Amino acid sequence: MRVSPNWLREFVDIKVSDRQLADDLTLAGIAVESLREQDGQTLFEMEIGTNRPDAMCHYGVARECSAIYDLALKPIAPELPKAKPVAAPFPLEIQDAKGCARYTARVVRNVKIAPSPAAILDRLKIDDHGGVGNAVDASNYTLMEIGHPTHAFDLDKLAGGKIIVRRARAGETLKTLDGVDRKLDAEDLIIADAVRPVALAGIMGGLDTAISASTKNILIESAWFDPATVRKTARRLGMHTDASHIFERGADWGATVLACNRVAELVLQTAGGELEGEPVDVVARHVVRYSVWLRHKEVLRYLGQDIPVAGITRILKRLGFALYNSVEESLLQGLPAAQIKTLRSEDWQEKARAKAKEMGIELPNWHADKENDLIVDLPTWRLDIEREIDLIEEIARIYGYNKFANTLPAFSGGVVALPNADKQSKVRSLLLALGYNEAISPTFISHSDATAFSSSAVVPLANPLSEEQSVMRTSLVPGMLNMLAWNLNRGTSDVRLFEMGHVFSAPAEETTVETAMLCLGATGNAVGPNVHGPTRAYSFFDLKGDIEAALEAFETGNLTFEKTDHYHPGRSARAMADGITIAEFGQVHPDLAAARKLKQEIYIAEIYLDRLLALPLRVPRYQPLSRFPAVDRDFSFTFADAVSFEQIHSAASALNIAELKSFTPAEIFRGGAVPAGKYSVLLRAQFQSDERTLRDDEVAQWSARIIKALEGIDGSLRSQ
Amino acid sequence: MAYTVPKLEDYSPAALDSAVRELLAAVRQEAGAVSSENEWKEFRDRWMARKNGILTQVNDLWLKAAPGPSKRDVGARVNQLKVEVEQTVDAAQSRASGAASHARVESDRLDITLPGIRRPLGAEHPVIKTMHEVIGVFRAMGYSVAEGPEIETDYYNFESLNFPPNHPARDTQDTIFIAGQEKKQQRDRLLLRTHTSPVQIHSMEKQPPPIRVVVPGKVHRADTADATHSPIFHQVEGLAVDTNITFCDLKGTLDHAMKALFGSSVKTRFYPSFFPFTEPSADVQITCFKCGGKGCRLCKQSGWIELLGCGMVDPNVFKFVESNGYDANKVSGFAFGMGVERITMLKYGIDDIQLFYQGDVRFLEQFA
Repeated sequence: MRVSPNWLREFVDIKVSDRQLADDLTLAGIAVESLREQDGQTLFEMEIGTNRPDAMCHYGVARECSAIYDLALKPIAPELPKAKPVAAPFPLEIQDAKGCARYTARVVRNVKIAPSPAAILDRLKIDDHGGVGNAVDASNYTLMEIGHPTHAFDLDKLAGGKIIVRRARAGETLKTLDGVDRKLDAEDLIIADAVRPVALAGIMGGLDTAISASTKNILIESAWFDPATVRKTARRLGMHTDASHIFERGADWGATVLACNRVAELVLQTAGGELEGEPVDVVARHVVRYSVWLRHKEVLRYLGQDIPVAGITRILKRLGFALYNSVEESLLQGLPAAQIKTLRSEDWQEKARAKAKEMGIELPNWHADKENDLIVDLPTWRLDIEREIDLIEEIARIYGYNKFANTLPAFSGGVVALPNADKQSKVRSLLLALGYNEAISPTFISHSDATAFSSSAVVPLANPLSEEQSVMRTSLVPGMLNMLAWNLNRGTSDVRLFEMGHVFSAPAEETTVETAMLCLGATGNAVGPNVHGPTRAYSFFDLKGDIEAALEAFETGNLTFEKTDHYHPGRSARAMADGITIAEFGQVHPDLAAARKLKQEIYIAEIYLDRLLALPLRVPRYQPLSRFPAVDRDFSFTFADAVSFEQIHSAASALNIAELKSFTPAEIFRGGAVPAGKYSVLLRAQFQSDERTLRDDEVAQWSARIIKALEGIDGSLRSQ
Repeated sequence: MAYTVPKLEDYSPAALDSAVRELLAAVRQEAGAVSSENEWKEFRDRWMARKNGILTQVNDLWLKAAPGPSKRDVGARVNQLKVEVEQTVDAAQSRASGAASHARVESDRLDITLPGIRRPLGAEHPVIKTMHEVIGVFRAMGYSVAEGPEIETDYYNFESLNFPPNHPARDTQDTIFIAGQEKKQQRDRLLLRTHTSPVQIHSMEKQPPPIRVVVPGKVHRADTADATHSPIFHQVEGLAVDTNITFCDLKGTLDHAMKALFGSSVKTRFYPSFFPFTEPSADVQITCFKCGGKGCRLCKQSGWIELLGCGMVDPNVFKFVESNGYDANKVSGFAFGMGVERITMLKYGIDDIQLFYQGDVRFLEQFA
């Protein structure tokens, strides 16, 4: 919305510069987004919140200025000549009180449709309106001025010369002003003449009854339509107009007559003609505005800074609120003058209550403190205000947020971290130290990826952004593969990434489960090209080592690795802590990699973060350092390929030699002198005692037992 | 000509002096020529070997051959000679070995300007890093950390936060809905949370007042991805409820937090805004941390940068948790929320939000 500060100055005698005014309005919550010069005057580009339709016009912004600067707001009072009397008022009927609470209309005859004068056109230009003729321009001008949408019909085109506000009937259509034929729905509120719809209530008029160059007589409509009703139809038809923008947010129920007369005044000034009859004002229902008890102590309790009652009074009055000292007094305002007179006696308060009871009004039992409290009547244009707290906000924003002190609240209580915060931070810092960059991939994946990478039931989106992002991710792997591909496609060939995030599944109908997962992805070199030595490609065992490091930060109990065919059938494994799978990892199947155009070996690990974080963090345990030397013995063995290192290791550990501190493979050979189907392995045993220096004969004896055990699993000793 | 020990004809003091001078000159000259450990060993043996070393010869040729009356004088001079030769030999050794180690060290010389061997070091994601910084500031102010699910019900994301059904404020949230929810009541329908604010309700359901929580998390909106929009982003939410929590406390808390995050010279400015779940509501600006408020490209010449939304908890929100001790007549509180991507982008001058979700190593490793 655009606002001309010069126009504002016609309503309020603003003393500050345009720039200062823009700042002051913004700090009062009527945001001026930018200033610009147009035709020698400043214009404000405004950003008015959806809750403030009253401020979406010049007069509304002027009212804010009046409150900010504590200056008088000039009233808008159309000056109209005496209307030609009519025998019967214009026939007007509201059949749907929910959709239309009030409809005001009046007739102007013998107008001459012509371009508007320059003064009007200049104002319309603020909103980039070129002007479409004086009668319609009068309606648009009024919208810019006082913010109430109005419409002008060609009276002679209204069949039967009457207006009915009702819901559309099945099969009815309307060609709207934009030339589009609209198929109407039974929920649409429309304005109809005797036979057909002539306007979409609160959204757009019909083309057939629109003002044209030949129009002689017009009917001005100024109504109040229900926000939800207008919104529903506007959304269904994909329409958004200046009028619907206001009605959807709540127009001023009390402004229909004023707006109607203001349009009439402008029409008479610019198109001539004469008024016929008084305005017809049909009220189907009142938009009820209650009074609010504003307690001074509550102002202090919420805001923390005392604002004197005089200041509060000044602010609220300037904003158009009516203030009273008691409920009874506020009640008087709603009564006819004659009744007020009779009530103005000594015991008027009791009388007022009795009268209210008679009228079926339940008066609240408020005990307003006359010195400090106020009973506040809410204006019809401020539908956003209903409660005491709403008034406190009004006071605070006009008083100025930045005039409040900065204080810190007192607090007694402990700080609680998330139960898994330390564990998560341990895993994260470990992975960072191991050279993995943290990444975040999209939460949405394609349906085909969701089912290809997980067997869990998919959670689909009702309004996905695209086909490729139509379901919640069931696995972090597709996102990881995409990120690896992204890097490879951009010339980064050595990549290590991890992502911590949720995966989603629908285990039963209508329920969803979020599970924390950790995904590692790696490709390229473990040791990259450098001047000091050779490169080394990232391998399965780099990944396994990193997973071991991450898992061993926790009390995993018995940590074991098992061969799987989860990824590449020969290069996949799962890590288990006391039999529970914590991680699955391996090289991505070459076929899958090829399908995703990944031309390098890709390694992936999926770690069940929920299971891992359920384990306690490992507590370091001190082992005294042996004061006696360790003795190494190497054995060179040949085994069949089918024999795994795990079997070799188990065979040695099964001997339960307390002094055997480690038993590790030092070298592995295949080919050459080693027959096909076999491999040669150099095994290194380290013996050490905590109590004494070992003797050669006992080391020799243990070595013999180890050799025997390995021969027991078909190993053949090559050298010792 | 190598030195040989002469036989002495004359044992007069003058003749002895001359012979001693010659010998010492010879040993010093030879010592000066020693340049390696091996040469030194030869040199030592030539002079000091028990068998036929020069000192032994001196003993034989000079002392033993000396006539009786001169023996005493010759003995004293020979002893003196021994001491001096030994010292010279020792000095030659340290000089020789020094030269050797010097040569070795010379050959060890490296071009220390070659690049170091870098072990790859991973970088925490910049958004996560910023999130942790924000959480750290509030933890130090007594806030506990809470989390909530990314898939929420309409009740937690909207209804209990005072977004009535069909309210236009819901439109501004661009919600992504889970499919197949039509059979359920509106409040039970599942959607992706559009803000971390539902965790305010979860937290108040779990804990009666007083409460202070800070809530990091991922949120989603149906926004088409471009340089400044992303369907995924992160927020940090905060909530404090107690007796006598005021708007001044809200201002003071956020002013303090912004100074802790962006430097003590940063100033804050509050101006009215609208959120259904707070009243009064405010947007908070801080003085531009790049230009200090003078106006630059980052702050679009205004000197101010908008960073977060906040407000006093709306009494209507308390109604939904009233049974857990949240009586709007007795307690009050404030809530605030900020977009982590936005803060991160401003802080590092990142111009495209999409960089956060691509996993591009060239981008990520800048934050190590």
